[in-house]
Amino acid sequence: MKSLSLFAGLFLASAAVADTPVLTVYTYDSFISDWGPGPSVEAAFEAQCSCDLQMIGAGDGAELLSRVKLEGARSEADIILGLDTNLMADAMKTELFEPVSIVADYAVPNGWDNKFFTPFDWGYFAFVQNVGLETVSNFRELADSDLKIVIQDPRSSTPGLGLLMWVKAAYGADAKKIWNDLNDNIVTVTAGWSEAYGMFLEGEADMVLSYTTSPAYHIIAEQDNSKTFATFDEGHYMQVEVAGKLRSTDQPILADQFLKFMVSDVFQEIIPTTNWMFPAVTPTGGLPDGFPKALSAKKSLIFSPSDAALLRKDALLEWQAALSQ
Amino acid sequence: MTKEDEDILYLENVCFTQGKFSLTANFSVSKGARVAIIGPSGEGKSTLLLGISGFLQPTAGEVLWNGKPMSHHPGQRPLSILFQEHNLFPHLSAADNVALGLNPSMRLSEEQILLVSKVLDQVGLSEKAEAYPRDLSGGQRGRVGLARILLRKRPLILLDEPFSALGPALKDEMLEVLDKILKLTGATALMVTHDTNDAVNFADEAILVADGHAHKPQEIKSLFSNPPPALQKYIGTRR
Amino acid sequence: MAGSVIAISLRVIFGGAVITALLTFSFGTAAMVAFKGDGFGTLVLADFSAIRFTIWQALVSAILSVCLAIPVSRALWRQNFFGRRALITLLGAPFILPVLVGVLGLLAVFGRSGWISELLLFFGVGRLSIYGAFGVVLAHVFFNLPLATRLLLQGWSAVPGERFRIADSLGSNSWARFLLIEAPMLRGVIPGAFVLIFLLCLTSFTVALAVGGGPKGTTIELAIYQAFRFEFDLGKAASLATVQFGICVTVAFLACVVPLPKLGGIGLDRLVQQFDAWKYRKLDLIWISGAAVFLILPLAAILFRGLGNILTLPGQVLTASITSLLIALISTAVCICLALVLSLSLACSRLNTQKIAEGISVLGLSTSPLVVGTGLFLMIFPFVHPASLAIPVTAFVNAMMAMPFVLRVLMPAVREIYNDYLHLRLSLNMGWGVWLMRIVFPRLRRPIGFSVGLVAALSMGDFGVIALFSDPELQTLPLMLYRLMGAYRMDQAAAVAVVLVVQSLFLFWIFDQGGRRHSVS
Repeated sequence: MKSLSLFAGLFLASAAVADTPVLTVYTYDSFISDWGPGPSVEAAFEAQCSCDLQMIGAGDGAELLSRVKLEGARSEADIILGLDTNLMADAMKTELFEPVSIVADYAVPNGWDNKFFTPFDWGYFAFVQNVGLETVSNFRELADSDLKIVIQDPRSSTPGLGLLMWVKAAYGADAKKIWNDLNDNIVTVTAGWSEAYGMFLEGEADMVLSYTTSPAYHIIAEQDNSKTFATFDEGHYMQVEVAGKLRSTDQPILADQFLKFMVSDVFQEIIPTTNWMFPAVTPTGGLPDGFPKALSAKKSLIFSPSDAALLRKDALLEWQAALSQ
Repeated sequence: MTKEDEDILYLENVCFTQGKFSLTANFSVSKGARVAIIGPSGEGKSTLLLGISGFLQPTAGEVLWNGKPMSHHPGQRPLSILFQEHNLFPHLSAADNVALGLNPSMRLSEEQILLVSKVLDQVGLSEKAEAYPRDLSGGQRGRVGLARILLRKRPLILLDEPFSALGPALKDEMLEVLDKILKLTGATALMVTHDTNDAVNFADEAILVADGHAHKPQEIKSLFSNPPPALQKYIGTRR
Repeated sequence: MAGSVIAISLRVIFGGAVITALLTFSFGTAAMVAFKGDGFGTLVLADFSAIRFTIWQALVSAILSVCLAIPVSRALWRQNFFGRRALITLLGAPFILPVLVGVLGLLAVFGRSGWISELLLFFGVGRLSIYGAFGVVLAHVFFNLPLATRLLLQGWSAVPGERFRIADSLGSNSWARFLLIEAPMLRGVIPGAFVLIFLLCLTSFTVALAVGGGPKGTTIELAIYQAFRFEFDLGKAASLATVQFGICVTVAFLACVVPLPKLGGIGLDRLVQQFDAWKYRKLDLIWISGAAVFLILPLAAILFRGLGNILTLPGQVLTASITSLLIALISTAVCICLALVLSLSLACSRLNTQKIAEGISVLGLSTSPLVVGTGLFLMIFPFVHPASLAIPVTAFVNAMMAMPFVLRVLMPAVREIYNDYLHLRLSLNMGWGVWLMRIVFPRLRRPIGFSVGLVAALSMGDFGVIALFSDPELQTLPLMLYRLMGAYRMDQAAAVAVVLVVQSLFLFWIFDQGGRRHSVS
């Protein structure tokens, strides 16, 4: 009998029904890690919604989209948090997302105007390295150097996809050549950002694809000034991370409430020192000391969602072909 | 053929086929006879035994018992068989292996249990009832098989070179036990052997199997003293 | 008479049902994927390099494993030394060692910051780079060299000692002896071992996922996973699965010419003392210790790093361990029941069971667990949320994947019982029930124990389908290990690896011993 109830318990654990409404948010793994924004966000939202906020990690950012496609209208998720502008056009094509009207004073460069997705943070991609190591100031130099880098897979990870767009934005038709030459610098391609960053910290590579804001983590949280990023003279590609509400949600009001909460001060104050990105709406307290400055508009590269969607497939093929040599 | 009315086993124009090999036979065996089946290896001695025991159905003719066709199921034929090997299940005790002869489901009544120990006693194995085959000598294993035959009390006993792996002394001992069993049960016995001495010691008659044919049983001594060419070739010049 | 007719038709029904299930399972699921993906997707340049890499790495891994196994097995066969039996037993371990655990150990030794790299750095040579072809082949040799060694050792041990004595008494030198006796034996054993290892490496997923290092080290199986999980491109997954299946069947066709070796361990530790073995002792011991260090070092690295950290593991490890155990037990029960039904149905049929067993083995080895998983996922999706069936589905797929190995153990054993005792059973007029309960099952105790242990351990350590289905809330030991490796919490990963290894080996040991304990040979 005991074993039977254990058996049943394992199968039905998720069926335990509580009276409080449950809001399910699919997000990327590092968002809900112990040191990520997840725990504080959950506590803060649950304090004002009298609901149960369940944040579920579904791999890295780009994997989120294929999970949404896979689950379709049957998905248990109400909100998808962690897509970015490069994936937005594809995501809208699924027709699984519901338009929302969230008004906020966005600090995102170039402003924000999309009725399906709401931004929650943004940043610039950059290669993070140790202070004192020889540095490079563009992809050409990186490809010609002996530096070893870890990058993410553009099919599963939004930084990985961002890197594709970055090279494309900076080099256009020559992107293929850059990838061919970068091939011998790449130690490995990981599925997600956490794996790559972890490998870099363990000394498995000289540089890792991350954000200009990543060294701030080491400075602020660990009082460690040994990390910096390589400034590229061709500019840095930007990422705007967004969340959207699914049409199939069974908690539409709660979902709206969450999205409003997401652009409020409480949530936005959590972002800089947990997700280590620029908040989408600058909180009243401003940015913490040690945070890098925003780049000039000239050095901020970004494709519109529709351009990114057009470029994505070919860029991906180019990347795969170059790296499978 | 004066004892026509006492014939009990009759192979009526029978043909047994195993793959490309076929064996014909047309003979009868009289009740209580002890018959040796002899002949060169690979010429069908074991095929004949398989056919009589029902593991092989004839492609022509019929095997009759008391004038009636026998069941198609080997277990329902009025006979017991002792193979060359694999007569005992290695994971069952001697007593259990014997008990199979009474009731293949091995659920025995008090009375049947007594019967089992009685036959084990008769073959001189009362001490070894609980032993497993691996702890018994070759001779003792043979006795367990014989005890089962004794217990089954079937009127026909078939033996397929069951003692060929034993030394001369043990073999004689087995033949003695077999002799005792045949006297107790009055059964008819057919034994395949390639040892002419055994044949002469055990049997009154012999069936020569050669060239795809099983000959009629003949008085064994006269057969050996005046061998037909096929037998001549098999036994050689040795007498 | 009537009874036996019923028995025969039951046999046909049951046996047919299992074979139909197996076929549906491998072809039906692939068809489902193709159907859902609106037919087959076109393959691009990168997919062709994945196909090329898959074949190349499987070839290299199989060649290296077999070639290295020749001197190692020869040395093990003719030299006696302290720990010989233990080492031969240990050679069986990598087969049931969870792949991720092996990879973690290899990373600790051969990784960029592993022991060897540190050593090379000390001598001023650069670091090793494990990611890519090197890592994939290294891991495959790690897992398959022991298997090849055991298979060849069986070959050496099967040569009657008299042959060597005859050759010696004829005064032949070692080269003549090699040509006369050893080469023909190797010719008989090597092709089967090679094909088996080639097939095992061909469908490898976990190794490529962990150390493939991106597009340059992607196997077809990994590409299927990526097509499904990253891009949700079912058409491409179906095309890749078809290519994979085609390659395996081609190889399997060769395997029909070359019978796959039997899995078993009888007579391995028989030592044929050769009068001139001392002449080769030094060289042999170098081979043996080389192989032993290669196999033991990664495991030692995990134990070394993991043991001390077991107590730091979160409570989740307990849940994960129970879930893994549950999956292992369900898949074991399913696998053994189906394998027994099939073996018993085929045991007294006129069909060539040897060929059927071969066919099923090849089918099982060629079927991609990820395609099967995807197919099942798509089949159950309209009815229930797949994540809620992750455990039964994983258990079921694992059961099917272990089927080839179990059939290779059970089928010959059942066949032997039927060959030896069917006549006796019939002549005693013994019924089906008694035959099965009192004769067949007791006599199968040992092979069943071994098979149960094998499936349980393989299923416990499997990381494939569970990765596809993984609901973030579902924890199994391999998933937990993978996630910790992903988060680069290597100390805790090593600790989970220790728990996983101990649990797998313990399951194998307990069932195998249970089978041996009361078995009567």
